[in-house]
Amino acid sequence: MKVEQISIFLENKPGALESVMRLLKDADINIRSLSLADTSDFGILRLIVNDANRALKVLNENGLRVSRTSVVAVEVPDRPGGLHSILATLAQHGINVEYLYAFIEKSGENAVIIFRFDAPDAAVEVLSKNGFTVLPGERLYSF
Amino acid sequence: MIYNEDFETLPREVLETLQLKRLQQVAQRVYHTVGFYKKAFDKAGVQPDDIKTLPDIKRLPFTTKQDLRDNYPFGLFAAPMSSVVRLHASSGTTGRAIVVGYTKRDIDTWSELMARCFVAAGLTKNDIIHNAYGYGLFTGGLGAHYGAEKLGASVIPMSGGNTKRQIMILQDFGPTAICCTPSYALNLAERGSAMGVDMRSLKLRVGIFGAEPWSEKMRDEIESKLNLSALDIYGLSEVMGPGVSMECMEGRSGMHVFEDHFIVEVINPETGDALPYGEAGELIFTTITKEAFPLIRYRTRDISRLIAEPCRCGRSHIRMDRVTGRSDDMLIIRGVNVFPSQIETVLIGITGLEPHYQLIVDRVGAMDTLEVQVEVSEKAFANADEVRYLQNLEKGLAKDLKDYVGVTAKIKLVEPKSLQRSEGKASRIIDKRKM
Repeated sequence: MKVEQISIFLENKPGALESVMRLLKDADINIRSLSLADTSDFGILRLIVNDANRALKVLNENGLRVSRTSVVAVEVPDRPGGLHSILATLAQHGINVEYLYAFIEKSGENAVIIFRFDAPDAAVEVLSKNGFTVLPGERLYSF
Repeated sequence: MIYNEDFETLPREVLETLQLKRLQQVAQRVYHTVGFYKKAFDKAGVQPDDIKTLPDIKRLPFTTKQDLRDNYPFGLFAAPMSSVVRLHASSGTTGRAIVVGYTKRDIDTWSELMARCFVAAGLTKNDIIHNAYGYGLFTGGLGAHYGAEKLGASVIPMSGGNTKRQIMILQDFGPTAICCTPSYALNLAERGSAMGVDMRSLKLRVGIFGAEPWSEKMRDEIESKLNLSALDIYGLSEVMGPGVSMECMEGRSGMHVFEDHFIVEVINPETGDALPYGEAGELIFTTITKEAFPLIRYRTRDISRLIAEPCRCGRSHIRMDRVTGRSDDMLIIRGVNVFPSQIETVLIGITGLEPHYQLIVDRVGAMDTLEVQVEVSEKAFANADEVRYLQNLEKGLAKDLKDYVGVTAKIKLVEPKSLQRSEGKASRIIDKRKM
């Protein structure tokens, strides 16, 4: 029930992001969701794409520092308190969130929250037991 | 003014006779007490008895920094530890530092030479000397301290850092002289002004600046900002510490080498051939009075030239010009000697970083800055994609550089392959400083 995310190390300089996007465009890879963590010197670009293996290959071949991480995607109704309900459950079970980002599904009814946990298996178990919809990777890649 | 008129104004021929006698003695002593020198002399096909005239010194082999490292820590000492009263060391990663020792008489000699420097700068026992050279293993602090006490001046053992407090003491204690690196003098001037202190109205009359290369332009700047006379001093731990040579107030043009204790030569660093007076090359020093750590023809890697013309101050000792550069890749950053190889050693010890790096040296205001750009390794990035992890790598490296190399650096992680691959040493260093 986990989702493949790719992370790319970027220097904080003009054109760094653009060159990654150009590589993905030329390889016909579509981005489902993304987030960018930044410091004054460097950033980490995190992507969920339609074809993680091919994206990794292309980026690797072009000399970028890339890695593959497992994240967990949880679907919640797109209304006030949606994210809170997940976090309340996680807090109750003492599960720590490393980072998260989100996007809204095309239908407009649900939001998808992407979580990075230090213990993803335990998190998936707790969330499933408490009635949350944990999305399989295939769903996301083909949205 | 001259501290030791007898020795500092010896007629050249008398001075040279004294130098020859002392050179013969030290050659005998190192040959018979230090295994390294016996081997080196034998290999060069020279015996101590072959030194019949002063120019015969050229028959003796050079000693290099690597020889000193190879004999870490005490291998080149010519006196038993029971007569060594002080140890100093250069910064360096474990086993690569250079350790020097002093007997009681060596400390007395060093103190006298530093006292000579202070007097050459016009100071007397009535002066208060603010000593901002670092105290500790570095020779600067204690060397200047003992010289100031020998002269009978009042010394403020300030050491480096803590700039705000230094400025307070400069105002409250009213020192008439200051010793520090030239860049720190400018930093004090700038920080003081920013604190609203009129740095031109302090009691400072003289500044004795060394431990890093500087220029006439910096001299003008320091003099105008601190309203004092800025003088150049030279020394290196291997040879003794500060006080190997010193500019005099009368001449203010080149530093007198205390030739009754050191023999100075200038060579072409490529060929090792002696160069005539006036030509720039690498400075070579032989210590002729040191007991614990004598050095024969030590290659300093400092580039300068010798000035044979007599000086108006009356000293007969030859002068050396400002050090204008190095014949190796050593960097001097805020007075700390840094070799890129030391940084490399630290990098290799840190998992998660590639040994591909570049050093960017710059001067912001008066302070040297060092930025170490280094590539993140594939392994490190595969294990963790978190900002925190990478920032910890940066912090860890900065701390290790401070601990092992003694230099404060800003670390910048860069993309793989963005740095030039090693094609000789120069590409690793970008020095943007303008002296």
